[in-house]
Amino acid sequence: MTTADLLGKILQVVMGLAVLAAVVGLLIFFIDKAPKKGRDYWQLALFLLPAMLFIAIGLVYPAIRTSFLAFQNNAGEWTLDNFVWMFTQPAAIRTLINTILWVALAPIISTVIGLAYAVFIDKSRGEKYYKVILFMPIAISFVGAGVIWGFVYDYNGVGDQIGVLNALVVAFGGDPVQWLQTDPINTILLIVIMIWIQTGFAMVLLSAAIKGVPTEQIEAAQLDGTNAWQRFRNVTVPGIRGALVVVFTTISIATLKVFDIVRTMTAGNFNTSVVANEMYTQAFRASEIGRGSALALILFVFVLPIVIYNVNVLRKQREIR
Amino acid sequence: MRLTRHRRWIGPVALAAAAGLALTACTGDIAEQDAADTDCADYEQYGTFDGAEVTAASTILDIEADRLNESWADFEACTGISVDYQGSSEFEAQIAVLAEGGNAPDVGFVPQPGLMNRLAAGGWLIPASEAVEANTDEFWSEDWKQYGTFEDTFYGAPLMASIKGYVWYSPAEFEENGYEIPATLDDLTALSDQIAADSGRQPWCVGLESGDATGWPGTDWVEDYMLRLHGADVYDQWVTHEIPFNDPMVAEAFDAVGEYLKSDEMVNGGIGDVSTLVTEAFQTGGLPILDGECSLHHQASFYETFWNPEGGDANTVASDGTVFGFLLPPANADDPLSVTGGGEIVVAFREAEEVEAFRAYLSSDTWANNRVSLGGVISANKGVDPQNASSELLVQSIEILQDPETTFRFDGSDLMPGAVGADSFWKGIVAWVGGEDTTQVLDTIEASWPAS
Repeated sequence: MTTADLLGKILQVVMGLAVLAAVVGLLIFFIDKAPKKGRDYWQLALFLLPAMLFIAIGLVYPAIRTSFLAFQNNAGEWTLDNFVWMFTQPAAIRTLINTILWVALAPIISTVIGLAYAVFIDKSRGEKYYKVILFMPIAISFVGAGVIWGFVYDYNGVGDQIGVLNALVVAFGGDPVQWLQTDPINTILLIVIMIWIQTGFAMVLLSAAIKGVPTEQIEAAQLDGTNAWQRFRNVTVPGIRGALVVVFTTISIATLKVFDIVRTMTAGNFNTSVVANEMYTQAFRASEIGRGSALALILFVFVLPIVIYNVNVLRKQREIR
Repeated sequence: MRLTRHRRWIGPVALAAAAGLALTACTGDIAEQDAADTDCADYEQYGTFDGAEVTAASTILDIEADRLNESWADFEACTGISVDYQGSSEFEAQIAVLAEGGNAPDVGFVPQPGLMNRLAAGGWLIPASEAVEANTDEFWSEDWKQYGTFEDTFYGAPLMASIKGYVWYSPAEFEENGYEIPATLDDLTALSDQIAADSGRQPWCVGLESGDATGWPGTDWVEDYMLRLHGADVYDQWVTHEIPFNDPMVAEAFDAVGEYLKSDEMVNGGIGDVSTLVTEAFQTGGLPILDGECSLHHQASFYETFWNPEGGDANTVASDGTVFGFLLPPANADDPLSVTGGGEIVVAFREAEEVEAFRAYLSSDTWANNRVSLGGVISANKGVDPQNASSELLVQSIEILQDPETTFRFDGSDLMPGAVGADSFWKGIVAWVGGEDTTQVLDTIEASWPAS
């Protein structure tokens, strides 16, 4: 690339931005000039239009097309083979089991640890700093976290162990273990990384929610002679139920989609693959678009109930208010 | 007030300036080559074009990409076609998606015949022009032409090549201990046992780790043994699925490889035991030979560039240098020479005269000699003068490829469908060296072979 090319590219970017500004300006101008009658609807429709357009192109169309592809083979014939493959091949079944294991463990453990941490540091001295410590991992990308934890789980065939975990094992007189190659402990160790990242997110949201629980209620419970556990169980937790559901479901969905951690740490080898990783591998590495799409569809089916539950709980809460 | 207003724009300006400075580092202001300074006699046949541009893409990156650009600089100057090359490590995963969306580059160097077949089946490829086909008939063997052919249509000529199945060793160590280059596979077993007994350590070092492609060096082992134990015909039947993947002959090749890869007495010299095969990067797998902690390493001719991981040329590749390679021997001493290898096929996605002119040039002996002279690679083009290659090993490799007696077969996993060749075969190797038995691994791979 020459400097002239670079200048050309910068010019392109500036031009692009200018065109975007012009379009938006024009749109707003016309919305303003909309006919008096039904003006609200015109404005509503025009403002929604760009978003709807992008959702249709970027979300609805690909979702429909993926659903069709899941029922086709590479030659474009209609078939159920992709689903037969998914539920009969040991490797594919293992992928589904691993994904279920991830969703069963990561959201619960991160929410519980995050909640406990938030309760214990609440109103303590230096609360801010305790929060920062736990919150920091969330600023690290999954790939970065994978690299960091790669060092924790490292194994050396000869010489000293540079992996923290193996160094500890050796220090206590044990034999070093190939953590990431040993099934089934490797999947659990990968889940630990997810928990490490997500606990900070749970803690910050729940801590804010705990501060929102009215002090009067807690004081009233105190006057009734409850102990700390009873107050937590019967006043605080019901008070933050909405936040708990949001945290839990958000982490669940993030966990179902987990891809980067598995890909950077084991690339799905040693029985650690999960649906999102296998979806990419099948569709793009193995050129089996149908199998990849079928896995995408399954992932969608897994996520759907969580989203529905989330929406339902939030709606009920709004009704109570 | 004045100060704050000042500050408001100083931030973005500083950012823009920094970004601009950082970006100029990406530019390389190379003066356009002038046609007047170049000898254009070799390029007249391709014609001249005014302002024509051809985009090209492949997996080739960094210094190798620079050498590619250099290899066609004269062509650009003489014909007026400007070639815009983009390398990407995701090329193989992306090219079909790009082609389907109509965003493919004009020319792609596809490293797998299996992938080329898929692109051809999708109807995205332009058949090769007569000039390209004439060059291919003149400069390449029938086997090579076949890799660019799908359902009787010829889509593209080969580009470069590599020979797999080299066993790297230290000439000094061999001379000191009086070891001979083995003539048969049994000799190789005997040699391995001999080294193990003499040195008291494992003779072989192996690295199978390669990110999401972990396991592929193991598939090269199996392919080499398939070709040597059962011959080219069975090899062809194996890669086209005329015999199942769990055929006893395949199991035999796996078990022969397993004598090395699954034995704690044989691997992993200087690195650890069998379990370290899957964690050792293929790039560093052979390096213990330099420290005398390992004696033998199986890897393709391109491994030559890995012997100096920190750059420079401290470790030389020569029969009297630091390291050298011998070809994995045949099963019987009088068997014909059979080698496996790899290469790229030049396919086109756009029908245009300048694209075909570029492809014709790439299939010519002029280009092959230009590129081989720049170093590091070989070509199966018969018009290449072996002496142009950058090292003794590469000279030898070109001679092997040009020898009409050589049976050449493309890397089997590159010929198989992606679901096997780029997924279950690799994963199978990982599970297999991890302790799974041969039958189970072969059954799993066989089951993953797509029906269509």
